[in-house]
Amino acid sequence: MVDKHGKDDIVVVLGSPSAESAEVYARTVTEGDPSWVGPLAGISLGLPVFHILESEMKDQIDAKVYKEQVSIMESVLETDEIIQAMKNVRESVSV
Amino acid sequence: MDHPVIRGVRFFMAHTPGLVRHGSKPDREIARDPEVWESIKSHLRSFDDVVGYAPHQVLLGNRTPESLAELDQPWYENVAREAPRNGPHGELVSEEEFYGLLKAGDDFDLLWLDEEFAERSRELLVKHPRVPAADLEKIVGVPPSQIEEMLDDSEKGAKPLQLRDGSTIGLIQHGLLEDPSLAPDILLENLAVKATGTMALRLVMDDFSIAPDQLQYIIGSGEEAIGDRYNRGGGNLAKTVAEAAGCIEATGSDVKAFCCAPVHAMVVAGSLATSGVFPEIAVIGGCSLAKLGMKFGGHLAKDIPVMEDILVGFAVLMGPDDGVSPRLRLDSIGRHTVGAGSVQQAIIEALVQKPLENMGLSFTDIDKYSTEMHNPEITDTAGSGNVPRTNYRLIAAIAAARGDIPAGNDARDEFVAMHGMMGFSPTQGHVASAVPYLAHALDSLRSGESKYTMFLAKGSLFLGRMTHLSDGESFVLEANPAAR
Repeated sequence: MVDKHGKDDIVVVLGSPSAESAEVYARTVTEGDPSWVGPLAGISLGLPVFHILESEMKDQIDAKVYKEQVSIMESVLETDEIIQAMKNVRESVSV
Repeated sequence: MDHPVIRGVRFFMAHTPGLVRHGSKPDREIARDPEVWESIKSHLRSFDDVVGYAPHQVLLGNRTPESLAELDQPWYENVAREAPRNGPHGELVSEEEFYGLLKAGDDFDLLWLDEEFAERSRELLVKHPRVPAADLEKIVGVPPSQIEEMLDDSEKGAKPLQLRDGSTIGLIQHGLLEDPSLAPDILLENLAVKATGTMALRLVMDDFSIAPDQLQYIIGSGEEAIGDRYNRGGGNLAKTVAEAAGCIEATGSDVKAFCCAPVHAMVVAGSLATSGVFPEIAVIGGCSLAKLGMKFGGHLAKDIPVMEDILVGFAVLMGPDDGVSPRLRLDSIGRHTVGAGSVQQAIIEALVQKPLENMGLSFTDIDKYSTEMHNPEITDTAGSGNVPRTNYRLIAAIAAARGDIPAGNDARDEFVAMHGMMGFSPTQGHVASAVPYLAHALDSLRSGESKYTMFLAKGSLFLGRMTHLSDGESFVLEANPAAR
């Protein structure tokens, strides 16, 4: 997708269920696959990345749609840990 | 409305560390870098460690799912010594025994075992009460030179079979070189599915005193794809297993629905039993060999054992209401319809809330919910989260929205502790989907300890690239009112 559309018009939105998986996917699309086993091992795409539970995403989505489709997962997943993991990745890779 | 009963269920587990290299993920990674197998090999578990692993003891029926919450984690560092490999709900065999069982089911001589190893395997299986003499006679090996010659010829495309220590004890051949549907890995998976399904069916028939010729129909519910290039995935593992288990009066067919298939199959089987079309009926599921070592990357990164080293088959006996066995309520079937959408909330409403409303029950009337019973020690350590806990919290959130429990995290956690359990399935896929709790549920419903259990399964149809849909189905099992 980056080859086809370029980096400037792409934002990656994650829906992963834990802080750890959110961090892995966030690092994969920024500095490259940290596990070094997938196709993005060693490839640093530097894409902006957010989790659907973060306010940066939530604030841009119609509140009614968000409530229907996402909000129940806020009470189910470890939302605070996921948000903190995403912040840590963005700070450490400075996208 | 008449309701069918579930008479019994049994699980057959095989410890297969040597086969981990044939799992889909390890196979691809080892082809790219052969050193990966060395790393995996150094993290494979011994048979004793696998027998004493608490989640396996739960599946065998030697301890309850509830007891896992009291056991310190990590469980893989808290292994019971001298634990039994058999239990009231099933049995666990070693890889030395399992290779012999694979050979016993190999009707086309595609799997060769080293002659000395075959002898060793046969000697171990002679003591097994459910391996008939006819099967033992089929466990015959070939000279080691014949195996070496075949593996050295790269044009033949055979793949080696190894033990946990890396020693080669045999091979699996191509069924037809130019047919990718008969490639060695696919045939190996299908033989493993046949062996695990057959042994589970033998176990359940023996334990519940059903003679093989009493069964009239068998439904397969696994994820394997049996067939050649003109009918890839054509299937009918059920009839294959029926033959292997001596069910000469039976026929059968497979129900395909990803991880959700066992629940679909039990609903279909229950309907056939109740209608009188096939009163004596069984649902079986063989293993998912492709999922061996699926999350090895996460486990190696944490320097913990590669825990996806177990194959599981299961068999469920069903029939018309006998006044004793727990009843599968045919008016309780929760369906994830095409129009329901794929949002988690909508799925739980369709699978849990709607059937409860139909039955006039509240969320708290269900003593236990059995959902995707993935072992969190396998999934959480590899970035997939604690799957059962997420499902239980979702059910709790819908229960709170409906007013059945108070809102807030305290009430949620209390609901999860009381109506849920820790995951203990050794593998993902159709085996993990609601089925693992079935034997414990039957015990609890028979003893009067519980009255209702709900089984809900979900399937990821989108993985096949034909639709973006998910799938799901559920049913309620109740203590037989005539026996209460």
